[in-house]
Amino acid sequence: MFSFLVRRFLQAGLVLLIVGFVAFSMFNFVGDPIDNMLGQEASQADIERLRSVLGLDQPFVVQYWKFLINALDGNFGISYRQGRPVAEIIAERAPATLELAAVSGLFAITGGIVLGIFTAIRREGFLANFIMTVSLIGVSLPTFLIGILLIYLFSVELDWLPSFGRGEVVDIGGWSTGFLTASGLKALILPSITLGLFQMTLIMRLVRSEMLEVLRQDYIRFARARGLSERAINFRHALKNTLVPVITVTGLQLGSIIAFAIITETVFQWPGVGLLFINAVQFVDIPVMAAYLILISVMFVAINLLVDVLYVAIDPRLRS
Amino acid sequence: MGLLERPGYVAGGEISFKSELTSGLDADAMRKLRGKKISMIFQDPLTSLNPLLTVGAQLTETIVAHLKMSQADARERARDLLDRVGITDAEARLDQYPHQFSGGMRQRVVIALALCSEPDVIIADEPTTALDVAVQAQILDLIKELTVERQVGVILITHDMGVISDTTDRVTVMYMGEVVESGPTLQVMGKPQHEYTKSLIAAVPRPQVKLKRFSQISYGGRETRFAIEDLSRNWPEYSNQPGKPLLSVSNLKKRFPISRSIIPGRTKWLTVVDDVSFDIMPGEVFGVVGESGSGKSTLARVISGLHDLDDGKVMFDGNVVNDPSDREAQDRFRREIQMIFQDPFSSLNPRMRVMDIIAEPIRHHKLLVGGNIKQRVDELLDQVGLGTSAAAKFPHEFSGGQRQRISIARALATQPRFLICDEPTSALDVSIQAQILNILKDLQEYLGLTMLFISHDMPVVRQMCDRVAVMRGGKLLEVQKTDDLFENPQTAYTRELLDLMPHLDGLSQEGLELQ
Repeated sequence: MFSFLVRRFLQAGLVLLIVGFVAFSMFNFVGDPIDNMLGQEASQADIERLRSVLGLDQPFVVQYWKFLINALDGNFGISYRQGRPVAEIIAERAPATLELAAVSGLFAITGGIVLGIFTAIRREGFLANFIMTVSLIGVSLPTFLIGILLIYLFSVELDWLPSFGRGEVVDIGGWSTGFLTASGLKALILPSITLGLFQMTLIMRLVRSEMLEVLRQDYIRFARARGLSERAINFRHALKNTLVPVITVTGLQLGSIIAFAIITETVFQWPGVGLLFINAVQFVDIPVMAAYLILISVMFVAINLLVDVLYVAIDPRLRS
Repeated sequence: MGLLERPGYVAGGEISFKSELTSGLDADAMRKLRGKKISMIFQDPLTSLNPLLTVGAQLTETIVAHLKMSQADARERARDLLDRVGITDAEARLDQYPHQFSGGMRQRVVIALALCSEPDVIIADEPTTALDVAVQAQILDLIKELTVERQVGVILITHDMGVISDTTDRVTVMYMGEVVESGPTLQVMGKPQHEYTKSLIAAVPRPQVKLKRFSQISYGGRETRFAIEDLSRNWPEYSNQPGKPLLSVSNLKKRFPISRSIIPGRTKWLTVVDDVSFDIMPGEVFGVVGESGSGKSTLARVISGLHDLDDGKVMFDGNVVNDPSDREAQDRFRREIQMIFQDPFSSLNPRMRVMDIIAEPIRHHKLLVGGNIKQRVDELLDQVGLGTSAAAKFPHEFSGGQRQRISIARALATQPRFLICDEPTSALDVSIQAQILNILKDLQEYLGLTMLFISHDMPVVRQMCDRVAVMRGGKLLEVQKTDDLFENPQTAYTRELLDLMPHLDGLSQEGLELQ
């Protein structure tokens, strides 16, 4: 187990290094940040001076190396656009994205597992077939369209829920949360559904097919032959065996919930890191883009590490 | 059991249990009966336990479901049951998971599970088919003891005539969904009335006498002719050096890592084949017997080159087999040694047509080109009795015995000199087994093929092999001429193996071709 974790951590470090390297090498093609910062009238001398102050005159490998050294100190540089430390800006924005991702992740997992089990057990039922058909819509509609449809229905026509922003937030030790106010909670509903709907339908279909597979196994037939109740068979014996593949896919999907938050945040003008990233790209704000990409890859790597540990927790065969 | 799955349904007839009608009961009433009064033992102990729950959890939940007692009492009862079915250190074993038990131990757990509710009838569906002979004998003894001790009725379902004649009081023979014969076991086995029963009994390999061929009293059009004579017409003449072994294995060693470590010195190893040496003469059928885990399959894989060896030497026709510098000799060697695997369901690629499966070795070794390949495949299919129409089909369209014929055709495609058969019939029914064994006997007789025949089934070994090696724990215990080994075993372990054979004394001798 120990050697497994050590190996995993080393692999995770390598993945982060490579992601950072690829990201940095691409920044050369995004555009020149100096143009945006100084405007049209700047003299050539000014441009050269700023370029060397920012270190942009050096080859990108050197830039990357400096970025790495500073990042290890928790220093991600100064935003070109806002003139403030990137770490500070991201810390300000992260709670919004993380809360949104957490709520929609929870929605996707619980909804997906519950509906998946239901459609597997009542395979021939009318309601189960109906859910399966509707879920196809969830899989095939693009996120932004779902967001716009929801806004049209619940904000414009019914006027029940806000169409943009986080509502009122409360600041607790530097973490601004929308969980504690009524308007904050209301504001979470539409973006969470938008962000989580695709993942939910995906998890549901996966749980269903895995569950149907498990229900055909010998040990389920033997459990039935021992006269155990249907509830014990479905939830005690079948569900647990369904979880291993479900966790793999769910882990990857949770990562993409955070990454795809960009679209949802744009549609709902949600003040999170996704929106920050889009603005940074428009302004060629390299420090912000780099920090964001590293943050996202850290999340992916961390989630995958967690998935591997969960495997071992669920399946005793992996423990020896 | 009322476990029939849709679209199956009971079309007619009735079942009664203790004079009460049980067919037609609703699901709830059936569940009360099932598991409580009637319980069941499944064929494969490796798949009939939930891998993610401890053995104790599976036992207690079944006990609580039927006997309405507290968790603590149920656990105590679970421990007693494990004790009763012969699992030592039951208390600690309760907290273990199924994968920590061996196959035989798992089947004991399954039996304990079937006993949880103190049933009146146990249905055992091929309870020992997936187990070793030694373990099979123990499990059958346990079942026999329990029937006497607890006055339980047992319905034993099996294709193994030895199990039937050793274990049961009465027997019913079924063919194509119909009962063809029924009566006391001694009478049915000794004086079978129906043609199908006769053909089944004639196909049983006998441990006492060596047969020339398995007699094939055909019934129901199952017989397919194997045109071996056609095959021998354009078979290459291999020149064997007289008096010299074709295959020679010396001091062979193979080990596997069981727990890897970052530090190379701390990796733990398990030696699976340990210092094994033997020679196989041209035209000889050389048997290797032993229980599962004795290393006999690994030995076969090392010889065929599927595994690298760690130490020792394998010589074939005077050349070292595992010499990477001599590519030409390696190619020739791979062409001349072919293998037939145990499980006909997993040894054929399900996405390939039979044509391509058989043609693959021909194409790989560039033995023929173009239309000649198709012609060779058609000939081979004809010769193993499948017919040319099989070429366009996929493996799933065939039965187990037919698939094993495809495997044989594939092995013959390169016109080999040496066949490695790794338990070629242990996944097959007795009558199908007889057909496949006859094919192998013919190959040896007409083509002069040399064979390494691996099996755990002693009667089959007696029928097939000229000499036999006994393996245990990776070591070779003894090598003897087959008749000598059976009449006069040298080691205690061999005697033990022979004692475990089913005693088929009562079986009808009708239609046997003695040698």
